[in-house]
Amino acid sequence: MKKLIQGIFLLSILAFLLPSSASAQCKGFAKKICKMELSPYLHDGNYHAAILTEGEEAELYKTFYSDQEYRIAICGSDALPEIHFEVIDANKNVLYSNKDNNYARIWDFRLDSSQQLKIAIKVLAVHDNPVEAESGCVAIMFGFREK
Amino acid sequence: MKLLSLKPAIFKYLPAILFAGYLVGCKSGGNKTPETEVTVDMTEVNQDIFEDISEAKKIFYSLPSPLETALLIKSAGATYDAALLNPVENAPNYNTKKSQAVNLGIYTCNLSFASLYDQTQASINYMNAAKRMADGLGILDAIDNTTIERLEENVNNRDEIMDIISETFMNSSSFLAENDRPAIAAMVLVGGWIEGLYIATELVNRSEFEGNKLVDRIVDQKLSLDIVIKLLEENKQDADVASILEDIYELKEIFDKIKVTTSEIQPEYDEESNVTTLKSVTQSSLSPEIFAELSDKVKAIRTEFVL
Repeated sequence: MKKLIQGIFLLSILAFLLPSSASAQCKGFAKKICKMELSPYLHDGNYHAAILTEGEEAELYKTFYSDQEYRIAICGSDALPEIHFEVIDANKNVLYSNKDNNYARIWDFRLDSSQQLKIAIKVLAVHDNPVEAESGCVAIMFGFREK
Repeated sequence: MKLLSLKPAIFKYLPAILFAGYLVGCKSGGNKTPETEVTVDMTEVNQDIFEDISEAKKIFYSLPSPLETALLIKSAGATYDAALLNPVENAPNYNTKKSQAVNLGIYTCNLSFASLYDQTQASINYMNAAKRMADGLGILDAIDNTTIERLEENVNNRDEIMDIISETFMNSSSFLAENDRPAIAAMVLVGGWIEGLYIATELVNRSEFEGNKLVDRIVDQKLSLDIVIKLLEENKQDADVASILEDIYELKEIFDKIKVTTSEIQPEYDEESNVTTLKSVTQSSLSPEIFAELSDKVKAIRTEFVL
């Protein structure tokens, strides 16, 4: 009985500590590694990051404005395979795919007119066995500057 | 000694601990499908539902940060008018979660705006006001005394100041994300967005309406409004968010009167600069009457936020 209570106690403490530790690592990764990719653009200050596993997808919707230059940086932690991302307009046209650019982490662009765009992200799956699939932090960051 | 005696127990219960951690991790990961999963009647589970679950993905809705909003207003040719900003003397009045959250966004927008126009003392005052809001919300270490000192030391270095503002906002948004407080994060962003819209609408010279770049920027916010609504709807179980959402729906009714058409986007890559230009032409029509209606509604929402 004593061992059971001890086990439940440990389980409760660590169950809460483990995910917050993963999130904290994600924040550190975004701040220390991915943000560097934005230079010389100014980071907008928004934070978008999550733990993703091989094969998992994410989407981000954002309005980009005319007369600004933007840099998108999408970074995955070292454990993860390449990350494929596409920039898609409201008519579902793919405007850019980093697959055509050796899965580059960054893309620089400007717009003639303001647009709401979707960034679609997929962590490539390299392991056939799901048990071996790697998980890690993926950060999506935006930098901007006046044109 | 106590740590040593616990160590074998940790290993003994490790599989259960990891499993529990995984379960909690799924919860805090924030996939946007749990509501769907919870309401599914298991007797009617069909292949479509499994497909929905298998296609579950993390969705982010990104609004312009207060820093980006302020830069957009400045780049449209706006002038600095201190009277339009929320006085820092109001800061002690904000004691509720909602007022602190929206005013964290508002003060960060004011801070960015003042900094972009080299208003050094105002910048320091607004950083202190933003710190007060962040502290009230329990956002630890987003803005500390070192931040204020760095700001004071770099009063003549605008790039460094912009970097400090960007960093403090990221500290706040990442703290809220990792502590599973998306409703607060949404209200902070909407506060900053409304403040930007308020400053822009107030700065428009109504006698020079045609071809006014600031008016174009305001029309552009029709695009971000969809994202504002999605962001708030995701958190509408929070009563404060629900109350803001009602106002935003009314704002949408006015924005819906503005007609915007855009041609197909053609990407053009420039090898020399390594920059792609997304070429398109947008046409919009905003009459002075609809602008006045929009301006009044924005002012009413903003007044409610800062009172």
